[in-house]
Order: sequence, then structure tokens, then C-alpha cells
Amino acid sequence: MNSELAIRARGLSKQFGNLRAVDRLDLDVPKAAIYGFLGPNGSGKSTTIRMLCGLLTPTEGSANVLGIEIPGKATLLKPRIGYMTQKFSLFGDMTVRENLQFIAEIYSYPQRERATRIDEVLEKYDLVEQRQQFAGTMSGGQKQRLALACAVLHKPELLLLDEPTSAVDPQSRRDFWANLFRLAEAGTTILVSTHYMDEAERCHRLAILDHGVKVADGSPQHLQANTGMHVVEVLADDPYHAQTSLIDVPAVASVTQLGVRLRVLIPEAVDDPLHLVNLNLRKHNVFAESRIVPASLEDVFVAVTMKPEQIAA
Amino acid sequence: MKSFSRLMAIMRKEVRQMRRDRLTFAMIFGIPLMQLLLFGYAINTDVRNLATAIADEADTHLSREFVARLNATQVTNIKHRVSTVKELERMMQAGEISIGVAIPRDFDRRVIDDTRAAVHLLVDGSDPTIAGIADQLRNMPLAFDTSAESRKQRLIEVRPYYNPERRTPMNVIPGLIGVILMMTMMLFTAVAVVRERERGNLELLINTPVTPAELMIGKVMPYIAIGLVQLAVILVAGGVLFDVPVRGSIIDLYLAACLFIAANLALGLYFSTAVKTQFQAMQLTFFLMLPSILLSGFVFPFDGMPVVAQWLGEALPITHFIRLTRGIMLREADLGDMPVALIYLGSFAVIATTAAALRFSKRLD
Repeated sequence: MNSELAIRARGLSKQFGNLRAVDRLDLDVPKAAIYGFLGPNGSGKSTTIRMLCGLLTPTEGSANVLGIEIPGKATLLKPRIGYMTQKFSLFGDMTVRENLQFIAEIYSYPQRERATRIDEVLEKYDLVEQRQQFAGTMSGGQKQRLALACAVLHKPELLLLDEPTSAVDPQSRRDFWANLFRLAEAGTTILVSTHYMDEAERCHRLAILDHGVKVADGSPQHLQANTGMHVVEVLADDPYHAQTSLIDVPAVASVTQLGVRLRVLIPEAVDDPLHLVNLNLRKHNVFAESRIVPASLEDVFVAVTMKPEQIAA
Repeated sequence: MKSFSRLMAIMRKEVRQMRRDRLTFAMIFGIPLMQLLLFGYAINTDVRNLATAIADEADTHLSREFVARLNATQVTNIKHRVSTVKELERMMQAGEISIGVAIPRDFDRRVIDDTRAAVHLLVDGSDPTIAGIADQLRNMPLAFDTSAESRKQRLIEVRPYYNPERRTPMNVIPGLIGVILMMTMMLFTAVAVVRERERGNLELLINTPVTPAELMIGKVMPYIAIGLVQLAVILVAGGVLFDVPVRGSIIDLYLAACLFIAANLALGLYFSTAVKTQFQAMQLTFFLMLPSILLSGFVFPFDGMPVVAQWLGEALPITHFIRLTRGIMLREADLGDMPVALIYLGSFAVIATTAAALRFSKRLD
């Protein structure tokens, strides 16, 4: 195995009854990178993360995490990874400090350095004031900081974060990501699942999952440059009308409304997309300005999760 | 009408949720059915077939006729014939018999001598019900006792052992130890595990280096301590308030309690792997409590129950534990006198723990 990879998975699949939650997933996560899983709910993000830490047994395929074969030797892996569950899973009836203390003991953190290490993470994750507060009474952002503090307390080489920011406000999310960058710089590999585009944009590398299948993989910049689509932005007084006039055009793959703007995706095979859009707008007497713009990550997401029949051209 | 449709909406929702909670749904039928069966069949104050041993030192025509008459009452079930009163006492201490019949060598002469009792009934008085039944045996008609009406001393003399004053607490409190320990131990462990699953703590825990064995044992140990404290509370309160003694060794009693606690904790752990919510855990505990109270010999003499009820009773750990506590506290027995109960409790704990550990894996699928 390439020693530069923290995770290498081949053909990883998971079947739940009739549902194929994850379908033949190949994954290469480089060390010290922030690797994002982007996908809607039910796309297989959580299932994949759970397979990678040995919580679920893959139906098919294999994975190597930090040089350890999964699921066979998951016990060896546990001390070296940190895991943050989607739902807050620390003890609400214990204080912040007691929770950290418990985690330190569970991971057999060297006794002599325990208190120092706990003080250190309390400081780093801005929990000093809350240290005597019961975890159950804290705000969403504070709970999330505590969960991250607990996940990194034993200095894991790999962090698996399952939608860590789904329950917190934008400011907390920004702070949270600042913490992740700091950890990655210090050498920690981070696998994080999300359904926020702005978060996905911050990842070093990104896999987009849709119905258990990986539909795109690469750096956000690479993905944006290789959508296979032209993106036309339409600024219209009556965006609804503009949308209806474009939606049925065979060469238009998708139209998404963002406030007064429309983002129109047209396959790269079409020669003059701007002309096509303007033509159809005029045909319906819609007054609008259009221009070609670079693809955003959301455009990438829309493009790769599109059903094949939608791309007619 | 709006109010009515809202009311119906709530009702439909309740019924729908109830139907989907399979265990609760089963309990709706299971609990009344079980109660009916238990109260209808098992609860029988008309006690028969008390385990009895006879020491017939006379072995004459008359003494054999007496034994035949006694047997015909069906109150006693003659299981053993021994040669000395000492042996009767030993068997009673070990809890093997409830009644010992001692017929002295000069039985025939005593029958004629109306100032002397001819038969001694040794009765395990720790259960007042049994002592009462033995009293009735005294009125048993005997054809050969021609002077029955005018005897100065009745032919049959009852000697209640262990609880001569026939106080009910003597019988109830040793049994109550079992009921209280069982209730708290089983419920505490089942709820302790299920609560962590409900709150999501378990997903965190199984992702740490903790092994299933560490998790299970670590959860259970504090409750063992709680159980032992509870035992101390009952013993002290029982002694102070009701004058219930501990005649045997207190160490034996604690050893027996440890085994029993282990058996119940193991069962609680097993339950916790089978149920999904705290509510279900409580239901299951309640489901097991009823037979444990009614079929264990706690309320009714075990010998008086129908055979099927006795089989069920024998399967319950509490039945064996109550035998141990009564033996140790009231009859001054030691653990060696009651090996079957010890072996049963020990095996039960081992099997239930193994079953629980096998069911609990560190995976979610």
C-alpha cells in the first residue's frame, strides 16, 4: 500500500436488505488531507464512514485504513482513530471535564499527562468556561466543540467526522473548520461528510456520493473545471417565467433558481450556449441578462447527480 | 367536530405506534394471560404433597397402619424413610423436607397410654402455612386410637422448628431479599445499557478501544455493590424491626447473594441486548417479576403448587435463592447443605452472561 494514503478502499459495498447503501466504492484518501464526502441524506456517507471504522461489515470489497485491513482487525484501529457521530453522543449528565476525563481513561492516555492534555484541549476548543457545565445543557456549537475535543483528545492519526456541522450555526461552522485546518496542518487525516457546499469547497479533496455510488472524485477546483457543462447565469426580473421558458429546451440539462438569478447547465457539446439561452428567453418574451460563468461546486453537484436521460444533448 | 377529528387523530396515532412496538403489543396479551394462569392454577392455598420423611423406629403393625393413614390424607408426600430423628432434622435443615414424622420404638404402648404422645411431627415452621397444615394433621381420625376423644395428651404432637412463634416476617423477609435484589438488579442493568443506546452513547463507546467484556463487566460491577448494600439494609431492618435472625453464617448469605446478583445482572444484560427502549426493558422485567413472586415459594409453599408450576418455579433463579436465604437465615444451614441451588445459580449466571456477550457485538449490523 502506498504509504502516502491513509485510506484505500476497493469495491466497498454494503447491502441492507433490498437497499444497496454503498455500491462498489473506490477511495484513496491521502495522509494529512481533509477529504470530504458530499452527498444528500441517504447517499451512503454515514454507512461508508461506519464501514471504515469497523462498525459495519462490508458486504463486498475491502479497505485498508492506516495500514490495517478492515473489518478484520478493527480493534487495532480503534486507538488510532477519532470518530465523531452525527448525533451528539457524549454523556449529557456529566460535565465537560468529566467527559474528557472519561475519554482520556478509555483511550489509556498516559496518566501523568492527562490533566495537561485535558487543559490543553479545553483551551484549544474554547471550553474553559464550560468545563464544569453539564454537557447536556450546552448549546449546539458548544456540544460540537466538546465532541471534537473528545475525538482528538488521544491525538488520533485519522479523524472520521460524520456530518459534524449539521446542528450548528454558521459562525460555529466557520470556527469548526478553522480547527480542522489546524489539525490537518499538524498531520491529521480528516474524513468529513457534509451536505453543505461551502464546507465541501474547503476540502482538499472531495468525493460526491449519490445513491451509494461515487459520481465524482477530485479537488474542488478540478471538479469545477471538469463538469462537462457550460454554466449560464441568467439575471431576470421574473425568474420564474425565465425558468419555465428554459426548462423544456432539450439541450438544457438543468435550471436552478438562486434568488433572482438562474443557473443554467448546458452540456459542453453545445457550441454557443449563450445564444441558445438568449434565443429561448426572447422567444418567451422574458427580459433578462445572461452570461457564461465558471462552475460552482453546486453546479458540479447538480451535474454529476443528474439522471442520464436529463442530459439529452 | 374539529375537536373530535383531532381526538381521533391522536387515538389512531397511539394505536399505530402501539402496534409497531411488537413487545408492548405482545405484553398486552401476555400479561393478563400469564396472570390468569398463575393465579388460577399455581396459587393454591389448599396445600398438598408436602415433602415428608419418616423415621419409624417401632416398625410394628400399628405404626405401619398409622403411616398408611397419613399417606391417605395426601397432605404429605412420603419421599424418604430414615432410621433416626437426627436424620430427619438434618434433612429439614437442608430444606429437603417440610415435615418429619418420628415414630418412637414404644409406639404401640404409647397409643394405649393416653398421657403420652405417640407420634412427633417435626415441622419446618419457617413457613407458617406449613405449620398450620401440620396442626390439622393432628385431627386425622385413626381407627386404632379408640380413646381419641378422652386422651389427656393427643396422639400426635407437633414440634414446629425454626419459627415456633409462627411469625410471618420470619418467612417473608428472607424471600423478600430475593425479590428486591432481583427487581433492582435486572432493571438497573437492562435500563443502564438501553439508555446508552437510546442516547447514542453506545455508538461512541464501541468506537473506542473498549472491549465488549470491559464494557459489560464495568457496567455491572457497581450494581453488584449496590445489591450487597441493599442486602445489608434488609438484614439490619429485618433484624431491628421484625426480629428476623440470621442463624447461619453471614458470609454464606453474602456468597449466595453474590451468585444471585450475578445471575440477575446477567439476565438484565441479556434483556438489554434484546430490547430497544427503556420502556421495553421495564416491561420485560415486570413480566418476569410476576412468576418470580408467585412461583418461587415466596408467597406460597413450593410443595403445594401443581407440577407444571413447580417446573417453571425451578427454572427461576429466585426460587433457588429463596431456598438458600431461608436455609441460612432460619434453619442455620450452610451452603454445603444446598448444593443444587448453588450450582443452578452459578450455571445460570455463566450461561446468561455468555449469551449476552455473544449477542452484544461491537458492530452495528
